[in-house]
Amino acid sequence: MGKILVLLESNKETLKRSSLELITAANNLAKVNASKVAGIFFGNAENIKSIVSQYGLEEVISISHPLLANHSSTAYSKVIEQIAKAEGADIVLFSANATGLELAPRVATKLGAGYIADCTGLQYSNGELIITKPIYAGKALTTNKILKPIKVLSLRPNVFTAVKSDVAVSTSVKEFTPQISDADFGAKVLETKLNEGKLDVSEADIVISGGRGLKGPENYYLLDNLAAILGGAIGSSRANVDAGWRPHSEQVGQTGKTVSPSLYIAVAISGAVQHLAGMSSSKVIVAINKDKDAPIFKVADYGIVGDIFEVLPKFTEKVKAIKG
Amino acid sequence: MKVLVCASKVPDTTAKIAVGADKKSIDSKGIKFILNPYDEFAIEEGIRIKEKSGGDVTVITVGDDSSQEILRTALAMGCDTAIHIKTNSSPDSYQVAENLAAVAKNLKPDLIIMGRQSIDFDSLQVPSITAELLDIPSVSVVVNLTIDGNKVTAEREVEGGKEVVSLNLPCLISAQKGLNEPRYPKLPDIMKAKKKPIEEVAFIDSGKSVEVLEIHLPDKKRVGKIVGDSDAEISEVVKMLHEDSKVI
Repeated sequence: MGKILVLLESNKETLKRSSLELITAANNLAKVNASKVAGIFFGNAENIKSIVSQYGLEEVISISHPLLANHSSTAYSKVIEQIAKAEGADIVLFSANATGLELAPRVATKLGAGYIADCTGLQYSNGELIITKPIYAGKALTTNKILKPIKVLSLRPNVFTAVKSDVAVSTSVKEFTPQISDADFGAKVLETKLNEGKLDVSEADIVISGGRGLKGPENYYLLDNLAAILGGAIGSSRANVDAGWRPHSEQVGQTGKTVSPSLYIAVAISGAVQHLAGMSSSKVIVAINKDKDAPIFKVADYGIVGDIFEVLPKFTEKVKAIKG
Repeated sequence: MKVLVCASKVPDTTAKIAVGADKKSIDSKGIKFILNPYDEFAIEEGIRIKEKSGGDVTVITVGDDSSQEILRTALAMGCDTAIHIKTNSSPDSYQVAENLAAVAKNLKPDLIIMGRQSIDFDSLQVPSITAELLDIPSVSVVVNLTIDGNKVTAEREVEGGKEVVSLNLPCLISAQKGLNEPRYPKLPDIMKAKKKPIEEVAFIDSGKSVEVLEIHLPDKKRVGKIVGDSDAEISEVVKMLHEDSKVI
């Protein structure tokens, strides 16, 4: 069989967790179809060698070309195409994040591959790769197969678990020299402005979201207090974003972000269909709401019926006691 | 400037989804279809560019005859002309992009604007594939757009912040909520839009690259423990989250 390539993305000094999830997913596929797995890394791979070896990645193909210092969807996709062709790859995996969702369709088109975005399940059945992908923001799920020999997939972060291998493997690093010129930089990132210290809802393992029942933006401190203890990110209902209380980057739901954290705490959110769509794939859902008939309780693992202004501070105190 | 905006017909966000009899599509009975919310930002941006610096805006969609309704909405908002790529099949994302690119090749727009994703299949792939097929640069999930002569600067949303991307016309942008406030069409404009011509174009079918095997509804089992607001009950929930679910 051919080769499985995974795009590895760094996060300051280390790798993004979603990249480690790709390694485990690729290794699991490789066990079935006897492929080799290699990571693609833009930058100096020496920095990530020890971490990827713990997750069982045997090969990293690194690209350190001076022109590629700044991200460029046009140039990066061309380089990945060149690597995929040189390696004879038949599966290329990306994270379904801002970078992956922009690059993957371009790479797939260049390779004449079939592409499925935001996958939440991969499984071989009778030698055929069956791919699960949510649609309508998770209101329904599809199973699919790709009809082309080369398959490009982006995997939803937080769904595939990154698993350390029993024994660390020795990882070899191979330098790839791409054929690129200035003309390939049709789109080029000039600057990245990060909100320092703020965790994005789509990447967080714990999300605490507020709804209309918070009564005003000034009451988000109640959520902030709990988020600080749990290391969680803040999310919001569409109503709160539309009211201008919170930025759209926090909106969870069909016209916002789809999240799958380990723990989702819905505070004073009634649970409109479009909100439920964006968070119902969370592993554990807690709802706090004064209306016992609120639809959010139908999807909750644990629900507390009560006034959030009384319940949430108590809840936070008890969590604090456990977390020390 | 010549702008091409792409629109797509999707089920309303409040729609409850049921699986159709063939198990490969959704049951459209009782579902209200709307203009994809993200496409409203794309259309609005196209019209604002025209209002500021002249030119014209063409709106395009791929779909069956009922898709003409969203083209009328776009025309009422202020688009000048509309193109309907007609098909009764359910093309995959690549096929949609392929057909949009084929029309764009003839039309030669300076700028193509789409919504960041259609809220049915949520794939965010049509913009990048279309741009790739046209061999032009693109930026996805744009919240701020500046055009100065030939130079385009786009701010896009990324996890935990924003990226500032520079590119030149011709290019393609996919719009995110926040790019602008879409206008509501006024009644006279709605009436006028009814008279604007819609050009029909045949769909090119070069085969699918992805086959949907089955659609099903999620069947997530939930613990479903709902309690009151007493101190003891809150403690119990926190304890279960810690000991049973092990999430805190």
